[in-house]
Amino acid sequence: MPKTAFIPVGQHIGAPAAPVVKKGDKVKTGQVIAQSNGFVSVNIHSSVSGTVKKIDLIPDASGYAKQGIVIDVEGDEWLETIDRSETLVNDFSFTGEEIIQKIKEAGIVGMGGATFPTHVKLVPPKGMKAGLLIINGVECEPYLTSDHRLMLEKADEIVVGTRLLMKALNVEKAVIGIENNKPDAIRLLKEKVAAYPAISVTPLKVKYPQGGEKQLIKAVTGKEVPSGALPIAVGCVVSNVGTAFAVYEAVQKNKPLFERVVTVTGKSVKQPSNFKVRIGTPASELVEAAGGLPDDTGKIISGGPMMGKAVTSLEVPVTKGTSGLLLVPGAEARRDGRMACIRCSRCVTACPMGLEPYLLMTVSEKQIWERAEKERVMDCIECGSCSYTCPSSRPLLDYIRLGKGKVGQIIRSRKN
Amino acid sequence: MSITIVYTVITLSAIGTLSAVVLYFVAQKFKVYEDPRIDQVEAALPGANCGGCGHAGCRAFAEACVKENDLSNLFCPVGGNECMSGVAGILGLEAVKKDPRVAVVRCNGTCEYRPKTSNFDGATTCAIASSLYSGETDCQYGCLGFGDCVVACDFDAIHMNPVTGLPEVIDEKCVACGACVEACPKMLIELRKKFPKERKIYVACRNEDKGGQARKACQVACIGCSKCEKECAYDAITIANNLAFIDSDKCKLCRKCVSVCPTNAIIEVNFPPRKIQKETTESTTVNQ
Amino acid sequence: MTISPSPHVHTDDSVRKIMYRVVLAMLPALAWSVFVFGVDALRVTLIAVAACMGFEYLIQRFVMKVTPSVNDGSALVTGILLAFNVPADLPWWILVLGAFVAVAVAKLSFGGLGSNIFNPALVGRVFLLISFPVQMTTWPVTKQAAVDATTAATPLGLIKEGILNGKPLNELMGTLPSTSDMLLGNIGGSLGEVSALMLLLGGLYMLWKKVITWHTPVAILGSMFVFGAIFWFVNPEAYLTPVFHLLAGGAMLGAIFMATDMVTSPMTGKGQLIYGVGIGVITMCIRLFGSYPEGISFAILIMNGFTPLINAYVKPKRFGGEK
Repeated sequence: MPKTAFIPVGQHIGAPAAPVVKKGDKVKTGQVIAQSNGFVSVNIHSSVSGTVKKIDLIPDASGYAKQGIVIDVEGDEWLETIDRSETLVNDFSFTGEEIIQKIKEAGIVGMGGATFPTHVKLVPPKGMKAGLLIINGVECEPYLTSDHRLMLEKADEIVVGTRLLMKALNVEKAVIGIENNKPDAIRLLKEKVAAYPAISVTPLKVKYPQGGEKQLIKAVTGKEVPSGALPIAVGCVVSNVGTAFAVYEAVQKNKPLFERVVTVTGKSVKQPSNFKVRIGTPASELVEAAGGLPDDTGKIISGGPMMGKAVTSLEVPVTKGTSGLLLVPGAEARRDGRMACIRCSRCVTACPMGLEPYLLMTVSEKQIWERAEKERVMDCIECGSCSYTCPSSRPLLDYIRLGKGKVGQIIRSRKN
Repeated sequence: MSITIVYTVITLSAIGTLSAVVLYFVAQKFKVYEDPRIDQVEAALPGANCGGCGHAGCRAFAEACVKENDLSNLFCPVGGNECMSGVAGILGLEAVKKDPRVAVVRCNGTCEYRPKTSNFDGATTCAIASSLYSGETDCQYGCLGFGDCVVACDFDAIHMNPVTGLPEVIDEKCVACGACVEACPKMLIELRKKFPKERKIYVACRNEDKGGQARKACQVACIGCSKCEKECAYDAITIANNLAFIDSDKCKLCRKCVSVCPTNAIIEVNFPPRKIQKETTESTTVNQ
Repeated sequence: MTISPSPHVHTDDSVRKIMYRVVLAMLPALAWSVFVFGVDALRVTLIAVAACMGFEYLIQRFVMKVTPSVNDGSALVTGILLAFNVPADLPWWILVLGAFVAVAVAKLSFGGLGSNIFNPALVGRVFLLISFPVQMTTWPVTKQAAVDATTAATPLGLIKEGILNGKPLNELMGTLPSTSDMLLGNIGGSLGEVSALMLLLGGLYMLWKKVITWHTPVAILGSMFVFGAIFWFVNPEAYLTPVFHLLAGGAMLGAIFMATDMVTSPMTGKGQLIYGVGIGVITMCIRLFGSYPEGISFAILIMNGFTPLINAYVKPKRFGGEK
């Protein structure tokens, strides 16, 4: 439980929420403190009870200051409507729309890290229909184990969440995908879904980035999501196990999204663990709980080592999308010097989207944006496999991201 | 032997002449009519093809001048007033007169004034760094020091100073084409009015944070205290978002704002050093 | 605290490690060449390596004024490959000249590692072949050969010379070494081309360590085999068996070590297959219809020129299909 909670209003993809409290207000755990501000936006709830200290600019992981609500914590008084009991509530009689409404009010976003508002994802665009729900229990990032623990400890709840999502989407089939390196989770979940023939568990090959939704869809259904299209185009909707769990809590227990499981780990961390953390807790408190900041820490990563974001300070708060905190020792924190491309084509072999990273880096560096667009730079999922394998330590993904940004701007301005 | 040479010379000459004649007629047949004035205007332009005018090269600018038949929206920053009056003369139009401009980097957060709080280890370009992080210091508005502006300049007019970590503009070479202004993701570089003797007065800060926060990040930050605004007799200074801005078109270089700024955020360049007040009182005392 | 964009981990692999693995793969062939040609083989290798690395260091330091990158191992590989392509008794100054052309002209003048279009060792070799044809085609006697011989010709050399002198093929066949001799390496030739077996061992090691993929070598050898098989099948009196063609000359060396050079070969598997077939066909054309006994060096250099074109048109399979 933090002493002060720093809750950003923009923890998700889409418009940041608009605060509905002001300085001096008293809030309870689970209370709405910022309202959804647009079609693609969600509510933000207080994860603590106490007094609103201020609504101010809080530096986020990138160092840029964004609007957030700071609350001085007093006690832990929850909203009365929330069911705090731990008993499993298996049955439900809600309609699909009711489920989606409850998810919307609870402020649920994709917990795998992307933080896309779930209620928006559950309403397919006109003309498209979902045929399959895939629950992402893959957790392909090395070092992260929060999803694994959640599957082991809250398997029943996840299954209920899956059924709720199926009802919301009106699909008849669901598949839970889990990588082969988690045999206990596979076994346990297979037991739990035995009672529901519509849900199955598929063990998947351990190969990064198996957890990327396009890769997951291909592994489970054999279909490839077309370039530039969403998974719904092939009739699939993908949700993280953490999201399924949050859906269970929201619908069956009336509990909005204000806490999540975060892995704190690293080679020099004294007690690497998974913690259930309230949103808004500064990262420093988590690190203390894991045995303190190792002396040789060179880099702090929010998320996993492949796609996570290095943070500028430990005062960064945990948000809905924080899946882990990785403390990297100094020796490994710095990159090697960059050399010329030796055209070994390892990046091409590594790219899960069939792109040519060496070429995308060169055209981005030379600012030839039309060529970058032609070479499908927008298809990149930023998994980092290319930069990982490059023997010349070239910063491939850095330039590809730059290319994506610029080409994205060009495409948007073309539409206007 | 010699007859072979004669045959060779005759044959090759014949082929050459025939080709020349054919090419001449083809060139005449497929000739595209171009207003001859375009060539004349292009010859009057500097030929830098820098894009500072907003057109795709000097030829495109010349075409625009001739086509639009009106120079009110057309100005070549590299050639300046002299060049534009030449173009106006060729086309028989009125040229717009503009004050010459120069690029100014509005940040003085050197390594000494603005300590680094983290170390960026990615590809060192300003575009990449600023898209992911606010910078290596506590000021999210300040110069990143990776030199995208240096790369963008076609005229060798801006270079990185390795000691301060900031870019420096060479006024004689700067043509105010605007390439560095475009390149800077923090929008620190501005095209300001060029004064004689390369003098400048500007607020070397773009920090919009509250005063205390700005000062903590950088010793010479603008804290938005408004002392300069009150001091300015020419209405050249405006304060917005905790930041002062001096309009170079209104500024008369009186230097009053420089002396009242508590954090030394306003910079004066190429002025003679001020007379120190103490000395004059002493001298008057002595004379008495 | 360090901040950087993702990913935050990196493979242990590096350019240097890849180069050293290639050197390791070349050691069996090098050892065999010492066994067959004696100390001369070592002499040639050491001179070539020293010259290549030396020129790279000197030019980078004093002419290009950049930090020398000699320790990335690529000049070492070029040196050994150049040595593999020359006779063991080549005068040292010719070798040094070849090394200069390989490193300074074919590699550094194009921009250094990664920027060269043509395989540096092959450019050096072809330069020497054309400039010093006598020294480059006079092969030393192997340790295993008859005591009274002074020079030994390569199998391909024997054939080509014989055919040009009008001798029928079946008469020449008697003078050729057996298949097992060619496989093992009891024949004459340049340092690296004699033992197909040792080269294969090196190739298998590189495949195992994922330094190269199967596409290029299989495409080259496969297309050579098919081309040779067609002609031999149609007229066995006039043409040699395809197996002979695979084992003779620099086919193995070229297919396994020279054509697979990453900088000058295409980036995709499909591209490499096209590249390999091109090399195989051109090699066989030169061998069967041209006046040079061995054509693989030229074939590889010609296809090196096509690599950028292949890269531009042969793209990997895009996820999500074509737009």
